[in-house]
Amino acid sequence: MEEPEEAQRLANEARDRVRFEEDALALAEQVYRVARHLAGSREEAEELVQETYARAFRSWRSFQPGTNLRAWLLRILTNLNIDRGRRQQRAPQMQALEANDYYLYDRLAESGDGVSDEERVVERLSRDAIVAALSAVPHDFRDVIVLVDLGDFSYQDAAQILDIPVGTVMSRLHRGRRILKRELAESALEKAR
Amino acid sequence: MTDPCAHCEEMMQPYLDRALSEAEMAEAEAHLAECEPCRRRYRFEESLRVYVRQAVLEPMPAELRQKLAALRIPLE
Repeated sequence: MEEPEEAQRLANEARDRVRFEEDALALAEQVYRVARHLAGSREEAEELVQETYARAFRSWRSFQPGTNLRAWLLRILTNLNIDRGRRQQRAPQMQALEANDYYLYDRLAESGDGVSDEERVVERLSRDAIVAALSAVPHDFRDVIVLVDLGDFSYQDAAQILDIPVGTVMSRLHRGRRILKRELAESALEKAR
Repeated sequence: MTDPCAHCEEMMQPYLDRALSEAEMAEAEAHLAECEPCRRRYRFEESLRVYVRQAVLEPMPAELRQKLAALRIPLE
């Protein structure tokens, strides 16, 4: 027969686990939105999120209550993404890919009828062009953009999730955004041709 | 001497990320106050970030939510 303390311990553990699962499920939408652009396609993102949750539910004890659960889930997800060999790196020619920060603005401005309203200039980019441009950014840079700019993670959280120094997060973020703008400029100009 | 607009461009991303020191922030703002072209470019970058965020947002498929809930480990 179980000792009362043991029964109480098991009851507490069951309660903690249910709470963990509910908290994790409440974050699923946010996790998916980030996963969608870390993975190459919608299908891959769905698989990745399912694998992440399966692993999280199995290893819930290693989560420290009171810490950032969304970051913990994304850490599992990015590790799985790497393990699954979905990171076939293009060998990016950075000089060719990277332009200065004003490149997109300048190209849109010169292709249009003069710039009077910055928000209207942005609207010349189609949704599809933006999604395609983001997926064309090499993984190392895209991961950081997706976590910080789409997932609202701090530099520190992104550094922990990806297991890289904060300084690397910042430099990849700045360069990645420039690469994204370069890609956007190309697709916008192609459309205008 | 460095070109103030080139320097302002270097500060744009950390400025919008609120990652500049107070002194750098003041320097960027002083330049922006007197330079219309840089101001436009900063405004563009700000709108672009919002626009990109909205453009790439995809809601989670409803059946995925059910699949995730089904992964929960049943209580013994």
